[in-house]
Amino acid sequence: MKKMFSYILRRILILIPLLLAISIVVFFMIHLIPGDPVQIMLGDKGSEEDVARLRSELGFDQPLHTQYLKFLGNLLQGDLGRSIRNRNPVIYEIRAAFPATIELTVLSMIFASFIGIAAGIISAIKQYSLIDNLTMVGALLGISMPVFWVGMMLMLIFGSRLGWMPISGRISRVTDLEVITNFYILDSIITQNWAALRSTISHLILPAITLATIPVAMIARMTRSTTLEVLNQDYIRTARAKGLSEKVVILKHVLKNALIPVVTIIGLQFGSFLGGAVLTETVFARAGVGRLLINGILGRDFPVIQGAVIVIASFFVFINLIVDILYSYLDPRIHYS
Amino acid sequence: MLKRFVLLLMLTALVFNLTGTVLADNHEGEYGGTLIYAQGADADALDPHMTTLGNSADVIVNVFDGLVRFKSGTTEIEPALATDWEISDDGLVYTFNLREGVEFHDGTPFNAEAVVFDIERQLDSDHPYYMEGSYPYAGFSLGMIDQVQAVDEYTVQFTLENPYAPFLKNMAMFATMIVSPEAVKEYGEDIFKNPVGTGAFKFVEWVRDDHITVEANEDYWDGRPYLDELIFTVIPNNQTRLLELENGNVHVMEGLNPTDIERVRENDELDLLEAPGLNIGYIALHNEKEPFDNKKVRKAMNYAINKEEIVEYLMGGQATVAKGPLPPTIWSYDESLEGYPYNPEMAKTLLEEAGYGDGFEFTLRTYSAPRSYNPVGARLATAVQQYLSQVGIDAEIEQLEWGTYIEEGKAGKHTAAFFGWIADNGDPDNFLNVFFNSANRGSTNRAFYVNEEVDQLLAEAQQITDEAKREAIYIKVQQIIVDDAPFVFLNHMKMQIPIRKSVKNYVLYPTNNKYFQKVWLDQ
Repeated sequence: MKKMFSYILRRILILIPLLLAISIVVFFMIHLIPGDPVQIMLGDKGSEEDVARLRSELGFDQPLHTQYLKFLGNLLQGDLGRSIRNRNPVIYEIRAAFPATIELTVLSMIFASFIGIAAGIISAIKQYSLIDNLTMVGALLGISMPVFWVGMMLMLIFGSRLGWMPISGRISRVTDLEVITNFYILDSIITQNWAALRSTISHLILPAITLATIPVAMIARMTRSTTLEVLNQDYIRTARAKGLSEKVVILKHVLKNALIPVVTIIGLQFGSFLGGAVLTETVFARAGVGRLLINGILGRDFPVIQGAVIVIASFFVFINLIVDILYSYLDPRIHYS
Repeated sequence: MLKRFVLLLMLTALVFNLTGTVLADNHEGEYGGTLIYAQGADADALDPHMTTLGNSADVIVNVFDGLVRFKSGTTEIEPALATDWEISDDGLVYTFNLREGVEFHDGTPFNAEAVVFDIERQLDSDHPYYMEGSYPYAGFSLGMIDQVQAVDEYTVQFTLENPYAPFLKNMAMFATMIVSPEAVKEYGEDIFKNPVGTGAFKFVEWVRDDHITVEANEDYWDGRPYLDELIFTVIPNNQTRLLELENGNVHVMEGLNPTDIERVRENDELDLLEAPGLNIGYIALHNEKEPFDNKKVRKAMNYAINKEEIVEYLMGGQATVAKGPLPPTIWSYDESLEGYPYNPEMAKTLLEEAGYGDGFEFTLRTYSAPRSYNPVGARLATAVQQYLSQVGIDAEIEQLEWGTYIEEGKAGKHTAAFFGWIADNGDPDNFLNVFFNSANRGSTNRAFYVNEEVDQLLAEAQQITDEAKREAIYIKVQQIIVDDAPFVFLNHMKMQIPIRKSVKNYVLYPTNNKYFQKVWLDQ
């Protein structure tokens, strides 16, 4: 346990140089892409004086390394600056957008894990059967279909034709909800606002399915191959020889061993989730981090891009830490030292 | 007795019924309901002085009032927070008599002091609430003001540095609407997200990238709006937005794909409102660079491009052909202009005369994404390239990122480049002076056009307040400009707003701002 604790501590300490490196890469990368935020902000109508005035106001007339040091100094004090575009503190923007993305990502992850793992195991047990072939073709489709297109199709079928699901926003625009944490599910439970809860969940379903299409396919394929591998292991033969029922063999012996690599995939998929969130949130008009980031990039809103990337990166590293810890639980052979 | 009583009762009921019907007929609209308007992007700031963005302006015009306002659906001026005004003979002093008994939404009384405070906080860098670099429109809309003072509680006087006839129009722009001075003091630098005006709707909440809610101002000086609540929601994807309109989850939307026009027209529940817009898309030919320093070449460029085909097919009928620098709906537009109809033979002849019989090569700059005066982005450049190649002109397309594009466009690094303009205040000065005053080279005169006569005429038109005289001058300027052809005049975009049929009394304004004060819902 002590070992584990020092391991976690070390992993957290590694975060510091890692985030520093990320901040340098992000800072210089966004300053290298062409496009002056001041010109974009003032647009066609800004005069030269306006441009010069605003540029000096925002500190863009200083050398790049000075700007970086200033940014870093503020960052260390927990100040991510203010958005150039709308003057809100970046931290406020992120705090508003992050819960929307987390709600979407977590639900999507749950969909992807359950369906992916179930499909993978069934495919593996019934290898080369019709159901296996169908699942694998489905998985191939899932990986190949553009997220944007999947979203539009779901929207047309379930949102418009059948009218079962809402297609835009986080909650019905005429439902009142007292926002406390900005996690709408949590907020509606806290305030016991069941109408809002229903609305929030129904608004999550189509985007979550959309976002899950690629991960569900990857998880299904991964589960299938690891399960097949485990099924051929000696201890499975032993388990069967002991006379254990097939159900127990699969659920107790196969599943636990087959899942270890799958957990890695799930952890890594969180990264691709954020990429998918950019598209999903745009199609379904959800105000999340993906949208925040894309608006930031389009408007060259440097503080927002820097802030969002740093928060996302920290989050990603954190998820990976959890995955690593889960490992030792799932596989006692893995030790941390 | 009972019978009689019943009869009386029935009669009374009948009378009530009749008057009820009559009342309902006289009624302009139904009160109540929530209208949802879907935008493509979120607002950036809701302080009228801190933004240039259309999405912000659409909210602002419903929450704030200016001293004057545009008459419904026009660019004509009518009283708003000022009941009447006087302009001194020399055109320098504007005296406004303010409406009495008006309050801001926070209860602060509206008066001359409030106006002075709000103007000075943008212009005077010593003002305690001045914020450096925060007022992108102030230079354009208020830059000509020398002094503003409160004569008495309900009289405010502006003294200009030079006579400037479009001043009154500027006072109707969203960017000059009046903000509560107490709110400015209370919210400090957060005033941008806490709008407090005198307008028809009061601000309720702003959920970033999701929606902005405003509610009816019961005490509005011009009568309570019909709607109880108005929500500006953000749906970035054009397809999703249209689906939500079709599903009935939103009532009015902006940003229709050219390919979806028919779909809206065929839908029984939707109406497509259309009106000509106050804008222009053009190619700026750098008049100081070869070969565009030659007037004949510039004219040849105008004749060589088939604008009818461009607006009809490429832009899906969402635009009309530009014959000159002004959109046809603006006051003082010269109806007699013929512009440059498609005539490749004439173009070749002109090139021959100019000594470019074998054609020439040049770099044609473009941006990539669609803009409000060009729905097809860089594809417009490809079309133009095709037409030019047919008369022997070889245009090499160069595509730049938008920020760099404007910066270099202002600096004149292009030989020829696509630009556009959307009216700020509906005055012809806002097109002609912007584009063709030689003093604006380096900012908005992107053709680097210099013509002393035009400079003089434009200055003169700014200084006289007599509209008929101004009109005569502007007609003359248009004729000179069209003949000089510093631009390739391309297109004027129509405003196209799809609405649900339940939305009544929605009027398109030439400035393209969305006003909801008189709109009601048939529920």
